[in-house]
Amino acid sequence: MKYYTYFPGCSSSEGGAKAYGWSARAISKVLDIELIELDDWNCCGSTPYSSIDELVSFCLSARNLALAEKRGLDLVTPCSSCYVSLNRTNSYLKEYPDIKARVDEALAAGDLEYHGTVRVRHLLDVLVNDIGYGEISSKVKRSLSGLKIAPYYGCQVVRPSPGFDHPEFPQSLDKLIACLGGEPVPFPLKSRCCGGSLIISEEALALDLIRKLLDCALSNGAECLVTVCPLCQTNLDVYQSRVNKRFKTSFNLPILFFTQLMGVAFGLGDEELGLKTCIVPAEEALAKYL
Amino acid sequence: MERRIGVYICHCGTNISGTVDVEKVTEFARGLDSVVVARDYKYMCSDPGQNLIKEDIKEHGLNRVVVASCSPRMHEPTFRRACQDAGLNQYLFEMANIREHCSWVHEDRAMATEKARALVSAAVRRVYYHEPLETKEVPVNPSVLVVGGGIAGIQAALEVADSEHRVYLVEKEPSIGGHMAQFDKTFPTLDCAACILTPKMTSVGQHPYIQLMTYSEVEDVSGYVGNFKVKIRKKARYIDEGKCTGCGRCQELCPVSVPSEFDCGLGKRKAIYIPSPYAVPNKAVIDPEKCSHLKGLAGGKDVCRLCQTGIEKKGIPGCEADAIDFSQNDEMVEIEVGNIIVATGFQQFDPSVIYQYGYGRYDNVITGLQFERISNASGPTGGEILTADGRRPESIAILHCVGSRDVNYHRYCSRVCCMYSLKYSHLLREKIPEAPVYQMYIDMRCAGSGYEEFYERLQEEGVNFIRGRAGEITNIAETPEEEGKLIVICEDTLIRRKRRIPVDMVILSCALEPRADADQIARIFSLSRKADGFFLEKHPKLDPVATMTDGVFVVGCCQSPKDIPDTVAQASAAASRALAMISKGRVEVEAATAVVDEEHCAGCKICVDLCPYKAISFDEEKKVSRINEAVCKGCGVCVAACPSGAITGRHFTTEQIMAEIEGVLV
Repeated sequence: MKYYTYFPGCSSSEGGAKAYGWSARAISKVLDIELIELDDWNCCGSTPYSSIDELVSFCLSARNLALAEKRGLDLVTPCSSCYVSLNRTNSYLKEYPDIKARVDEALAAGDLEYHGTVRVRHLLDVLVNDIGYGEISSKVKRSLSGLKIAPYYGCQVVRPSPGFDHPEFPQSLDKLIACLGGEPVPFPLKSRCCGGSLIISEEALALDLIRKLLDCALSNGAECLVTVCPLCQTNLDVYQSRVNKRFKTSFNLPILFFTQLMGVAFGLGDEELGLKTCIVPAEEALAKYL
Repeated sequence: MERRIGVYICHCGTNISGTVDVEKVTEFARGLDSVVVARDYKYMCSDPGQNLIKEDIKEHGLNRVVVASCSPRMHEPTFRRACQDAGLNQYLFEMANIREHCSWVHEDRAMATEKARALVSAAVRRVYYHEPLETKEVPVNPSVLVVGGGIAGIQAALEVADSEHRVYLVEKEPSIGGHMAQFDKTFPTLDCAACILTPKMTSVGQHPYIQLMTYSEVEDVSGYVGNFKVKIRKKARYIDEGKCTGCGRCQELCPVSVPSEFDCGLGKRKAIYIPSPYAVPNKAVIDPEKCSHLKGLAGGKDVCRLCQTGIEKKGIPGCEADAIDFSQNDEMVEIEVGNIIVATGFQQFDPSVIYQYGYGRYDNVITGLQFERISNASGPTGGEILTADGRRPESIAILHCVGSRDVNYHRYCSRVCCMYSLKYSHLLREKIPEAPVYQMYIDMRCAGSGYEEFYERLQEEGVNFIRGRAGEITNIAETPEEEGKLIVICEDTLIRRKRRIPVDMVILSCALEPRADADQIARIFSLSRKADGFFLEKHPKLDPVATMTDGVFVVGCCQSPKDIPDTVAQASAAASRALAMISKGRVEVEAATAVVDEEHCAGCKICVDLCPYKAISFDEEKKVSRINEAVCKGCGVCVAACPSGAITGRHFTTEQIMAEIEGVLV
C-alpha cells in the first residue's frame, strides 16, 4: 500500500469533474494506493486568482502546503491547475524571501507555518512513476486493444519545468494508454492550451483552440480523447456542441479522464467511473470494453 | 642551514588590494618564523617587482622566496626565473594564490584578508622544507602525430611536413577531408569548398613526409613531451591499398545499398565503396556490418563476393587489380613522435531532440549539412535544390540557433551558423530565384573579414530576415494556403506579431557540438574539457592551441566552434609550435619526480602497475622498484599507493604538505 495526501481541488470534489474524483479513487483502490484527503483544504489559489492578486493566491496555496506538511506525505492532485498553482507557490517561496515573509505572516495569523518540504505531484506522475507501467498493466482485465485514443496532456501538467515529462513532447500518458492495451494516436497538439478559463471571458478565442484540438485528434484517427485535467475535460466535452455550432462542424468525440479509461480497462463499473457524466456520450466508443 | 625567507605580496593593481588588506598581510608575514623580509608591491610580475626579489636575494642572502599573487598557472615560471637569475634554485620558490583563490571570489574584506594571511602562512611553512631540484633536458623526437584529417589536421600536417619533418596523419574515416569536404560553397567568398580543399587533400596524399593512415584510430599514448609512444589501430579495410586503383568497379558490382554517411543519409552508397569522388586515398573500403560476404563468413557461409568475382554469365569481371582481401584483420601500429596535434573536429547537433521542429518526422525538415549535400554538384540531387518528394520548393525557411544559444541544449553560440545560413540563402536565391527565402534569427553575428558585407549583400538579394527564434514547425494547416506545406510558427519581434509562414523546405542551422567520442579522445591524449565539452586550451587568450599536457596541441572545432579561416590559423599556429620545439631539439622535463627509498621498498610491485606513464621498473635482483626520472611526470600516484611509504614525491614531500596544511590551520 502506498500513501499520499490527496488534494482533490474544487472541480473533482464537488464541481463539474466529480467523475474524475470518483474514478481516481476507484483505480487507486485497485492499485493499492491510499489517497488520504487533506483535512480542511481550500482553493489552490488558481490561475485566474493569481492574475488578480498574486499574493493572496500564494497565501491560499501556502495554507494547503502548510497543512500537508504536517503529515509529511507527497501531496497529490488530479487537477493540472492545482498542480501548477501549488508547485508555483512552492518554488516562489523558495526563491523570493520577500514573498515568503509576507506569506509566513498570513500563515501565522492562522497558527500555521510552512518550511517548504512538501512535494506536489500530479496523479499521472504518481501512477506512472511510483506505481509503474508494469504494475498497472498487470491489473488490466479488459484490454483496450483496438481503441484509438488521443492522449491530451494540456498545457499545465508538463509545465512547471523541469517536471516529470517533456514539456513539448510528453510521453507518459501515451505509454499509459499503451499499457492498458489501447493505441495512442499521434497527437501533435497534445500539450496545447484548451482555452482554459478564457472560455468564460474570450469565448470565441477559446472555441477556436478547442476546435483545433478536436480536429487534430480526429484527423489522426482518435475514437476518444483522454485528459488529465478537469478544465480541459470541461472545455472539450461541454463546449463541443458550441464548437460545432460556431464552425459548422460535427464533432462527436468522447472526452474521458485518464482515470476513467484506466477504470474501464480494470473492469470497473460505470457507477465507480461516472462515464454517464460525459456530455458527449462515451458508451458507443467504449461499448466493446464495457 | 638557516632559512632566510623573503615574502612578497602583490596588489595586482586593485585585483587583490581591492578586497585584501595587502599591508596587513605583509605585516603579518614579517612576523612569521624565518621571514627576513616581507614587502608588498603593486605589480610583482613587472620588471621592478621581479627586481625587488633579485636584489633582496643578494642583499639579504635569501634562500627561500614566497610570492603571494595570482595563480601559479600564469606567473610561477616568471618568479622561478627571477630566483634562478639571482642564483637561487627555482624550486626554492613557492607561490600563494591570493587572487583566484581569494580576492576574486570573496567580498568581505576582513575575511578575505584573514584567508590571504592563512595562504601566505601556508606557503611560508611549506617553502621552509623546499629542496633544490635540478631540471633535465631530453632530446625531442622530430616526428609529429596529427589526429584528424579535416581541414585543421590537413593544414597542420602540411605545414609540418613542408619543413621536411615526418608527419603521421591519422584519420578515423576511410578518406581525409572531414566536414569541409561535404560542403558546397564557403562563405563569404563563395569559392567552392572542394576547389580549395582537394588540392590540399591531394598534397597530403602525395607528400613524401606525410604518412597517411586513414581508417585508423589512436588507441593509446604513453611517454611525454618530445618522446611520445603511440599505438594506432589500422582497421581492416579488406582492400589491399597497394593494389586498389580506385577504379570503382567493385562498387558498381556490389548489390548491397545503404544510406551514405557522406551524403548525410540522403544518397546511397554500397557495402564496398569509395567514400567520395575526391577521396584521399582514392581506395575502396568494405563496410563489414553491411557486406553480405563478411556477414556470411561469420555464419560459416560463403556468399556473394560479386566485387571479387564479377558476373561471369554476363562477362563482367570483378576487381582486376586483385585488391580485395576478405581475410584482412585490424593491425596495430606503434610509432614514436615528439609532438601531437589533436584536430578531431566536431559533430552536428542532432535536432530530432527538439520535438517541435519535427526533424525526423517531416521529410522536408533538413539539417544544414544535408542542405550542403543537396546543393553540392556531387550530392544526391546533382546540386539541384529539391524537396524529399523531388519538387522544386516554392519557399524555404532557414532556422538559426538550432541547439545553440539555448539553455536546453547548448548555451554557447556556434559562431558559424549565421554565416552559413546566409550562404544557403544566397545559393537558394541563385538557384531558385522565384522562391522566397526566410531566415529566422535571434541576432545576426557576422563578425569577420568580409562577413558584414556578405550580410548586406544578402539583404539586397531579397532574403526575408525575421528576428525571432522559430517556436514550432507543423504540418497542421489553418488556411487553404497552408495546405500541404510546412508552417513555421515564429514571433517576429520587430513587428511584435506572431507569424505563420508556410514553406516547402526548412533548413535547421544546427549547432556544432563536441564529438560523441570526445571523452575517449580526452582520456587518450590527457586533455581536459571545458564546461561545454570542447577541449580545454592552456590559456584562452595567450596560449590558445597548447594544452595542459606539454607537447599536445588542440586545433580547430574540437577546441571550440569556429570557421575555416580561424581553423586554418590555429592549425598553422600549432604546427609552428611543434616546429619550434623540433628546431630547439630538446625539452626540459619535470624535476619534481618520485624517488624510491630502496631501503624501505618491500618489492610488492603495486606501483609498477599503477604508474600511468610506465616509468617504474622492477629490479628483480634487488627486489625493489626503480623510477625512470626522464619518464616520471611527478603525478604522485605511486607515492600515495606505496604501502610501505617508500616512495617520495619530490617537491611534494609529506613534510612539505603537512607544513602547508599547518600553515593554513594554525
